Amino acid sequence: MSESVLMLQAVALTIIGAATPLLFAALGEMVTERSGVLNLGLEGMMLIGAVAAFAATVVSGNPYLGVLAGAAAGALVALLHGLLVLSLLANQVATGLAMTLFGVGLSALLGAGFVGTTITPLPTLAIPLLADVPLLGSLLFDHNALVYLSLLLVVGLSLFIYHTRAGLILRAVGESPSSAHALGYPVIRIRYLALIFGGAMAGVGGAYLSLVSTPMWSENMTAGRGWVALALVVFASWKPGRVLAGAYMFGGVTILQLHGQGMGVSIPSQFLSMLPYLATVVVLVLISRDSVKLRENRPASLGRVFRPSA
Amino acid sequence: MTTQDFTPRLQLQQVVKAFPGCLANDRVDLRVMPGEIHALLGENGAGKSTLVKMIFGLLRPDAGTLSWEGETVRVESPARARQLGIGMVFQHFSLFEALTVKENIALGMGNPPPMKELERQILAVEERYGLPLDPNRAVHSLSVGEKQRIEIVRCLLQNPRLLIMDEPTSVLTPQEADKLFVTLRQLRSEGCSILYISHKLDEVRQLCDAATILRGGRNVGTCVPAEETAASMAALMVGETIEVVESGVAVERGAVRLALRQVSRPAASALAVALDEISLEVHSGEIVGIAGVAGNGQAELLEALSGEWLCAADKVSLDGQGVGHLGPHKRRQRGLCFVPEERLGHGSVPEMSLHDNALLSGYSRQPFLRRGFVRQGAVKDFAREVIDRFDVRCSGFGAAAGSLSGGNLQKFIVGREVHQTPEVLVIAQPTWGVDAGAAAIIHRSLQALAAQGTAVLVVSQDLDELMLISHRIGAICGGRLSPLYQRNDLTIEEVGLLMTGTALETAGVMYAADHSRGDAHVAS
Repeated sequence: MSESVLMLQAVALTIIGAATPLLFAALGEMVTERSGVLNLGLEGMMLIGAVAAFAATVVSGNPYLGVLAGAAAGALVALLHGLLVLSLLANQVATGLAMTLFGVGLSALLGAGFVGTTITPLPTLAIPLLADVPLLGSLLFDHNALVYLSLLLVVGLSLFIYHTRAGLILRAVGESPSSAHALGYPVIRIRYLALIFGGAMAGVGGAYLSLVSTPMWSENMTAGRGWVALALVVFASWKPGRVLAGAYMFGGVTILQLHGQGMGVSIPSQFLSMLPYLATVVVLVLISRDSVKLRENRPASLGRVFRPSA
Repeated sequence: MTTQDFTPRLQLQQVVKAFPGCLANDRVDLRVMPGEIHALLGENGAGKSTLVKMIFGLLRPDAGTLSWEGETVRVESPARARQLGIGMVFQHFSLFEALTVKENIALGMGNPPPMKELERQILAVEERYGLPLDPNRAVHSLSVGEKQRIEIVRCLLQNPRLLIMDEPTSVLTPQEADKLFVTLRQLRSEGCSILYISHKLDEVRQLCDAATILRGGRNVGTCVPAEETAASMAALMVGETIEVVESGVAVERGAVRLALRQVSRPAASALAVALDEISLEVHSGEIVGIAGVAGNGQAELLEALSGEWLCAADKVSLDGQGVGHLGPHKRRQRGLCFVPEERLGHGSVPEMSLHDNALLSGYSRQPFLRRGFVRQGAVKDFAREVIDRFDVRCSGFGAAAGSLSGGNLQKFIVGREVHQTPEVLVIAQPTWGVDAGAAAIIHRSLQALAAQGTAVLVVSQDLDELMLISHRIGAICGGRLSPLYQRNDLTIEEVGLLMTGTALETAGVMYAADHSRGDAHVAS
């Protein structure tokens, strides 16, 4: 096999690695927002998920338990967010920002003792036979469990949102909570569930960072990926398939800038590091130009406090 | 009638419901027989909505009993109500705009069949009751009448034995209302009971077998509507005789104050309507009514009038001056005040107090500002005057706009503009969901305003209202405006035809459109 093919393969694998955490966080946020709740605490939940996953793996030696711990920790922070915005009717934007600040601080505190510790990362699971196919085999069928899970999640959520009754109710609650309430649906409970699911997925996204991407803990290691995931949801106009495309596109931009730095492109590295975030801003601006398109899929009640009245 | 018919389908006895600071229902009795269309009458705030919400399980009574076909039951949720056989068509539709008809119907059912089977059932019910509707269309693309049909089909799919309808005709054209009555009579003949809430007493007289009247949360009597007059029922509702608004008060028509010249506007989105060369003139002292089924360009026309949509200066003129390029604030300064259709959000900020809401639209014309600072005293005085003059029932000018009942907020929003005595008033749906007493206050204030020389343009879906207060009437359909006709030359059916875009000439009716321009004459 020629060197350039191997090189391309390596690039593709790193793109998958960069895209998967974004994909988890963005899919979770998409479900949350479909219920009408805005979770700006995504970045904080990813960080808490990352530190919890790392700590659980260090203590138990089992990275799968680490993933579960990451999901549970993310869900727990989401529950706190829900308590504030759903039960106490606090402003979702302010509370979400507070959750991020809280997550940054708490994860740094909890992770202080783990800096410099190493773990065995999440192992790759080659799918027998298929993984041995030349070229494509290792590209598609030789990954860790979370990569497969993230792709299954895209399919599962597409089916769930568009083809199940529960998915229909979720969309209805995000579209008009007052109508859903009038028809007798438990709006607050559904929003809690959607928010907790979103938190758990953010936690898994964080776990991917600390268990796979760089199997170690460092403070603030999400480096703004939570915000990128939030932007991705808008970019994808709340559709699972487009979240997938968006996550891989942003993953690609991230990796390209790394390789660009590696190959000594004569642009200051700071500019290259900006690239993924710049791309986020540019895409958001382009999308927001067409307000009609944007509104067609946007859950109509997104970010609004719902006070169930009689 | 067979003997079993003597057990009431639904009976409420001594039902009490209190909210903080208000006794909404005070020992209310209600009895609905099988196969009966039973009217529930009362002013805004009389407790009708509270009562039906308790029947449908959205609220729980504090005291009293509810019996269903002779047995005492507790309806703790809408799901339980549906299970008993109670269906409800809401006044403000409980629909999801972004979802399809089919999905909306599935959401309103306790245990819907798979989508394919549901679609088949929907089509069967539509066929049987003459309610055509495409199950796969998105709700936002439907007219109000069609949206209401969704709610009705949704109820009918569950074979209800009691159907609650909250002001079903308030947004329908006369033709749509007639179709609805056919469906309701068919349901009655099949043994379904209907609890019918309406402000339109003529309609109640035609349709209903019995009526229960509430006032201030209490029963004030029952009657057989066919044996009453609209006036006698209104008197029971209000507790005093309502002074009937007299139509067609003779006015001296003055110069043209508001003119639109061939205003065209492309559709802003897939959901909007394009305006097609709309021209009209409103004279000083006259009330012009624009009828139309919702979603035919009214929203776009109103935006062009208010200044939310801008065009070339000479397209819209105010007392001869082109204002098409000016925004709402500048138009208000030049004398054009505007009452939008949507009360909460567009007409007022729900979370803000009444006096702050008065400031928002009033600062253009009223002396509310001094060197950029708000003169709170002046604003509060103004709000208090509006509250007094229009009999707005609220806890004071500090009350949040969103805390008022729909009718009272409407009185405040209309009052806020009328009290400024503008040169031109553009008003949409002046009495939507407002009771007879409040409607009379609003109508009289518009007439008084016109008598002082204001040009009034009313855009409404309520034909009775337009026939009552307008001097000239036209209709908008698909973004085109019909010619304006003298009100006395039109029957309500003819306005209904105009609303469907039919030219009266082609319908075999010979009328000369009123093309007179500027020549003062007496419109009687």
